Amino acid sequence: MGIMDQFLQQLINGISLGSIYALIALGYTMVYGIIKLINFAHGDIYMVGAYIGFFCITILHWPVLPALVASMILTGILGMLVERFAYRPLRSAPRISVLITAIGVSFFLEYTMMYFVTPQPRTFPSVLEDAAYHFGPFVVNNQQIMIFAITIILMAILTYIVQYTKVGKAMRAVSFDTETAQLMGINANRIISVTFGIGSALAAAAGVLVGIYYNSIDPLMGIMPGLKAFVAAVLGGIGILPGAAAGGIILGIIEALVSGFISSTFRDAAAFAILILVLLFKPSGLLGKNTNEKV
Amino acid sequence: MGIMLKIDNINVYYGAIHAIKGISLEVDKGEIVTLIGANGAGKSTTLRTISGLLKPRTGKISFEDKIISGMPAHRIVECGVSQVPEGRRIFANMTVMENLELGAYIRKDKNAIQNDLKRVFKHFPRLAERKKQEAGTLSGGEQQMLAMGRALMSSPRLLLLDEPSMGLAPLLIKEIFAIIKDINEAGTTILLVEQNANMALSIANRAYVLETGKITLSGDAKELAASEEVRKAYLGG
Ligand SMILES: Nc1ncnc2c1ncn2[C@@H]1O[C@H](COP(=O)(O)OP(=O)(O)OP(=O)(O)O)[C@@H](O)[C@H]1O
Ligand SMILES: [Mg+2]
Repeated sequence: MGIMDQFLQQLINGISLGSIYALIALGYTMVYGIIKLINFAHGDIYMVGAYIGFFCITILHWPVLPALVASMILTGILGMLVERFAYRPLRSAPRISVLITAIGVSFFLEYTMMYFVTPQPRTFPSVLEDAAYHFGPFVVNNQQIMIFAITIILMAILTYIVQYTKVGKAMRAVSFDTETAQLMGINANRIISVTFGIGSALAAAAGVLVGIYYNSIDPLMGIMPGLKAFVAAVLGGIGILPGAAAGGIILGIIEALVSGFISSTFRDAAAFAILILVLLFKPSGLLGKNTNEKV
Repeated sequence: MGIMLKIDNINVYYGAIHAIKGISLEVDKGEIVTLIGANGAGKSTTLRTISGLLKPRTGKISFEDKIISGMPAHRIVECGVSQVPEGRRIFANMTVMENLELGAYIRKDKNAIQNDLKRVFKHFPRLAERKKQEAGTLSGGEQQMLAMGRALMSSPRLLLLDEPSMGLAPLLIKEIFAIIKDINEAGTTILLVEQNANMALSIANRAYVLETGKITLSGDAKELAASEEVRKAYLGG
């Protein structure tokens, strides 16, 4: 395999990994855009999503798509509950209190899940045939196609909601200027709740897709992807939806290239090196203007 | 003509700062009432309290015989009170049309919304020409028009205006005030906050003068405009 072929092969792998980061990063960035909170529990929401999908498939014997949808709905509700009971009471508290609460919620979700599902990793059933397609020298497998297709569909739906629906316009309004949004008759609390719901549902989809891709889930699986998705959101410009999508894909590709050409031990280091570089040279991110533009 | 808005002895604080010190005022249905006063007198605070963005610590506010103080801001809009906030606060990253749609957020009747959109475009033809333009790219005067049009899209019975003349050229101020008068004549009651006391008194029926959180004078707008005290303090002579 020539170096160019290997490069393109890693590109394909990177795009599927990056799609997952992108789905998680969207939730981060939406929540940040609307209440300026780095929701450190977001990676754990993704983990819960993976487990809900897992149980739908193994215990209820559902096909993968209904399991995915059920997981998105239930995890979306979980996200709304977290917002309602952990974050809303702190709406006017100093930001550091909310940040610490987010870390608390993160531990709470991790260790509650450990109690109920044990810390042992579970093997995610293979729901797709293990087919691989050869395009000349490249190989694309079923899982990668599915991840990419579902990510594209979800992003299209999200774009439609945010750009064209009433609730989407309200989300943009609250995110731009909460007070003035209220003067339009918008119930800001409800819109914030919906935002958490949608962001959590996207994370749940990522969780289920990761289960399908890597075949293994555990209660601490959300920590690393959560951090990576945060890097992706910052890379794209936190608060900017297309930025999160682009940041996720770019990060996935860089990681794949680093593990393919250098060594997979440097994969995680690469992600955090990017974070540091972005913060040093363009803190507003790739798509960010240097003002406080949001969502 | 019945009382539409009644503010009854409210006290409003920002933390320890006592910004509004026992204000009472009334607006009758159909009137233009103006609230004038210098920088920091508490004009915006009063409007923000009416709209529910701030809660009075004591006292109450009622609108059409319903107590609205204590209601969340979005519910007060549903009651029929809309505000054009100080500094316009348009949604700069959205189009003119999206801003107007957000103004109609609480409404469901598509036909009625279309009618009000036509009405807004009649008051502000320039907005019609710039429907698809991003609101942040409008000029200051156009942004003021958009903020007013947006507030009208909720079809309010009471319109609160916070310094619509701010930062505008004299000719444009004239234009905006003429439109305020038109809006009132078409049936919307108006409470107008202004530092430009001359202009405000020229279109208002009645006026209140606010000084450091207290109402110091009130009465017929023409009489106040003629009074020695007001002329010295607010009309430059
Ligand atoms: N967010 C705030 N926190 C603390 N104090 C505030 C706040 N907003 C206003 N104030 C204070 O409350 C008082 C009244 O302010 P307000 O904005 O209502 O005045 P105003 O009459 O609208 O003035 P202007 O003509 O400059 O708009 C001022 O002393 C101001 O400093
Ligand atoms: Mg003011």
